[in-house]
Amino acid sequence: MMMEKKKYEEIVNKHKPKETRVQNAFIAFVTGGLVGVLGQFLVDFYSWWLHISSKDASTFMIITLIFLASLFTALGFFDKWVTFARCGLIIPITGFAHSMTSAGMEYRREGPIYGIGSNIFKLAGSVILYGVVSAWFFGLLRMIIMGG
Amino acid sequence: MTQRYKNVYVQDTATVSGPYEAKGPLGKYFDKSYDDLYTGEKSWELSEVHLLTDSLEILLHKTHLKKEDINLMISGDLLNQITSSCYAAEPFKVPFLGIYSACATSLEGAIIGANYVENGEAERVICSTSSHNMGSEKQFRNPTEYGAPKPGTATFTATGGASLLLSSKKSTIRLESSTIGIIQDLEQKDPLNMGAVMAPAAADTIYRHLTDLKRDPSYYDLILTGDLGIYGKEILKDYMKTEYGISLDANYNDCGVMLYNLQDQKEVLAGGSGPVCSALVNYGYVMKLLKKKELKRVLLVATGALFSPTFSYQHQSILSIAHAISLEVVE
Repeated sequence: MMMEKKKYEEIVNKHKPKETRVQNAFIAFVTGGLVGVLGQFLVDFYSWWLHISSKDASTFMIITLIFLASLFTALGFFDKWVTFARCGLIIPITGFAHSMTSAGMEYRREGPIYGIGSNIFKLAGSVILYGVVSAWFFGLLRMIIMGG
Repeated sequence: MTQRYKNVYVQDTATVSGPYEAKGPLGKYFDKSYDDLYTGEKSWELSEVHLLTDSLEILLHKTHLKKEDINLMISGDLLNQITSSCYAAEPFKVPFLGIYSACATSLEGAIIGANYVENGEAERVICSTSSHNMGSEKQFRNPTEYGAPKPGTATFTATGGASLLLSSKKSTIRLESSTIGIIQDLEQKDPLNMGAVMAPAAADTIYRHLTDLKRDPSYYDLILTGDLGIYGKEILKDYMKTEYGISLDANYNDCGVMLYNLQDQKEVLAGGSGPVCSALVNYGYVMKLLKKKELKRVLLVATGALFSPTFSYQHQSILSIAHAISLEVVE
């Protein structure tokens, strides 16, 4: 029986299309980079326009990117961009906003509590949990090594 | 288990599709199609109920029957607790059996129905199924607007409702025999390569059907699997040859490959899937060819991946099953 399963696996692998990994990585690299360029432009723009520090301007930048990603998701075309750009749009903050908005939209028919409330963090929940855990861990390391 | 029938006939079929299926090469064979995935309803789930209800109403209309004329309705779908089927069946007030074999549901229904008709316990049985692309994505994968990238082996759940009326009254198409599938597990765990999950089930059912009835694949004008997709189809041909020594050649095809134009409709990736995928092709396209006598003998093999996200996350392999029926033109 084990032999049969191994033999079958070979047949399956023989008929698997080659994923275009290099091309996917390149597209993700370029689009992710462009999101970074847009972010930097927004930081510079806000600090020049509103006469604020770069640190405050980056908060404004994050809000702008989250707003745009959520708006484009709501308008129904951001999922097509994600399918094309893959991690280029999933890894930046745009991906986080997109995951929440798409989940919120999907479950709105089940109402504000059992629908949106219970499901909006369906995809983003893991990001938050492990984001908080790793922040705590690195904070601890920093305290031990650098004394705070 | 393979059975032969003497008195089971296909009276008629009804097929209703969504927009992607209407744009495919078989679009013209469906009784009704919708441009809008919501079909005028408020949710994907209600839309699936709508599609199934449409197919039931069209079937009654085409066969000039009333609800009271139906002795039994058998239906199943992919949504949890097979709710689309239940909600669609409720207004008809007909004895109802809800069934589940994932994408092999349509033929599980046809086999159960055929037995009731053959035994004379029911004169007219409706066997239905439905699926909805967005409803399935929502339940089994990610929110529909998320658009998570998928590999080329992934398939696209078809949207639609399809119904079949079996009866003991003579017609031009006879349900000649059936083979009930055995659950297969070759330790496939990738939900984005369902063709590889289901090919062993198709192979086992085809093999048992042919050996039980002492037939050669060439006995049939057409052998159709349900929703293996382009890669699954090649896996089946390869596996069938190496494991069982049977060649599936020119008379073999897969409904998932036929339902869409794979060159132009890139979003479907490896092809169609879902219970209604094979039902749309079988009840829409194949029935028309049988009626015109362009095909005389066909073997339909609906393939189902018995997939549960929960079991999958618990690292269990995905089980599969395939049920088969053969249809013949009555001379």
